[in-house]
Amino acid sequence: MVDLLRIENLSIHYDGRSLVSGVSLSVNVGERVGLIGESGSGKSLTALAAIGLLPEGMTASGSVRLAGQEVIGTADRDVVILRGTAVATIFQEPLTALDPLMRIGDQIAEVLRRRARRDGRSASRADIAADVMRLMARVALPEPARLARAYPHEMSGGQRQRAAIAMALACRPSLLIADEPTTALDVTTQAEVLQLLETLVREEGMGLLFISHDLPVVGTAVDRVLVLRAGELVEEGAVAEVFDRPRHPYTIDLVKAARAFDRAIGAAL
Amino acid sequence: MTDAIPTLARASSLRLTPAFLVGAALVGLHVVVGLMTLLWTPYDPTAMTGGRLALPSLAHWAGTDRLGRDLFTEIMIGARIALAVGTGAVAIAAVIGVTIGLLAAFASRTVDDVLAATLDILIAFPTLLLAMLIVAASDGASLGTAILAIGVAASAIVARLTRILARRVLAMDYITAARVSGTGWLGIIRIHVLPNIWPTLIVNFALQFGLAVIAEASLSYLGLGAPPPNASWGRLLQEAQATVYTAPFGAIAPGLALVSLVIGLNLFADGLRDVADPTRRRR
Repeated sequence: MVDLLRIENLSIHYDGRSLVSGVSLSVNVGERVGLIGESGSGKSLTALAAIGLLPEGMTASGSVRLAGQEVIGTADRDVVILRGTAVATIFQEPLTALDPLMRIGDQIAEVLRRRARRDGRSASRADIAADVMRLMARVALPEPARLARAYPHEMSGGQRQRAAIAMALACRPSLLIADEPTTALDVTTQAEVLQLLETLVREEGMGLLFISHDLPVVGTAVDRVLVLRAGELVEEGAVAEVFDRPRHPYTIDLVKAARAFDRAIGAAL
Repeated sequence: MTDAIPTLARASSLRLTPAFLVGAALVGLHVVVGLMTLLWTPYDPTAMTGGRLALPSLAHWAGTDRLGRDLFTEIMIGARIALAVGTGAVAIAAVIGVTIGLLAAFASRTVDDVLAATLDILIAFPTLLLAMLIVAASDGASLGTAILAIGVAASAIVARLTRILARRVLAMDYITAARVSGTGWLGIIRIHVLPNIWPTLIVNFALQFGLAVIAEASLSYLGLGAPPPNASWGRLLQEAQATVYTAPFGAIAPGLALVSLVIGLNLFADGLRDVADPTRRRR
């Protein structure tokens, strides 16, 4: 069985500076992997490199295999084909992740149409519309018929992120990359979106690469976790193992900080 | 379900400001008059129909010019010429400008830098000077060269605006999301970039239309626009200049026509944004 994503010895350079060095990780079918680290630790860059979308001027070396196919050094045209089927991404800020001038239903429909074209299926307008409703119901958006006609600025943050998840699902990807998907949401909404993501990943049998700086959030969403610091992997293992018995001093600090924060919250309540 | 309670999405209602309506009425009036001249004018525009330099009367609403031709008829035809030049010039500026702007936005950094510098140099030239150069380089002034000259001169501004707007759109996460889901560049332009830059571009087109009308009048005034007997407003103004002290109305009438169309276009442009951009509509 081919890994959904296998990154080996990935390094990213910009202007002679090393941003990520020697990162290796893999995500198998149905596996949920977390990538944690502070801002600037290179976790989002690793994700962008995984889908071949590094910003202009950055160079990647090493190996990134998406569904068995090498991404680094491959022409963009060939990677595009992979992207539509092998992987989908959810971003931190749903407001910028949705086209502000397109109705939500149309945005989801666009992905569905593209996917149908790619599969060589012809999908009628009614089929697409029915699929949009099904996906919107799947991510628990209320009143799908009405919200499908809404623009992003007419929705709440949680609704927007649900719509973004529906768009990712519309690709029917085997791997979902979620880059801080709950950071821009308030705590209650955060919990709901996490719950939704977890259910969807389990039921659809997708692989998940979950990127976050938030230890507790990662802990609830994934099975295995990798800790990234200043572009290098410092620790990896099962969630319980890493959180209960962190070995690297940096991970120990992270866990301590999270515990202290929890206690402070607990005391405040 | 906290995020299910606030139902913000309500039917977006269009907000039409009084300024927009006034602008649309002024532009509409000129369009109706301009189209009407294709079928009917009060007098033959080249026929001498009354006394020379007559004051406005019931027979001649705007008086007559120094050859005794009906000035109102000429101003009506001038509206047609102004609108034709504006439409043609904006169409040329839109096609050239948007294409170059998108190319620059998508191009590698070196190509983009070269294009941006070229555009900056072109914009530094006064539009009129650039248009005069193009008219001079072609084999004689005509309505066609005026349209081409003004259109090309305006395309640099449209290109620069398009480039900036497209760059901003391309930096958004939804573009990355579209690319992740496998959309090609042409699809991204068609589905995301053009619709998102459109509301700003259309406003700029309306403003460019007004500038093109003024540029055409200026070129005609200088004798570089549509040659006689085409009754361009600029030519009417130039002809009235010699008799401005004895018969000021010959200058005032075409001047009023020109100003009312340009003001109308500017007011129209202002309100157009609210119509074109759904995020600016009242909820």
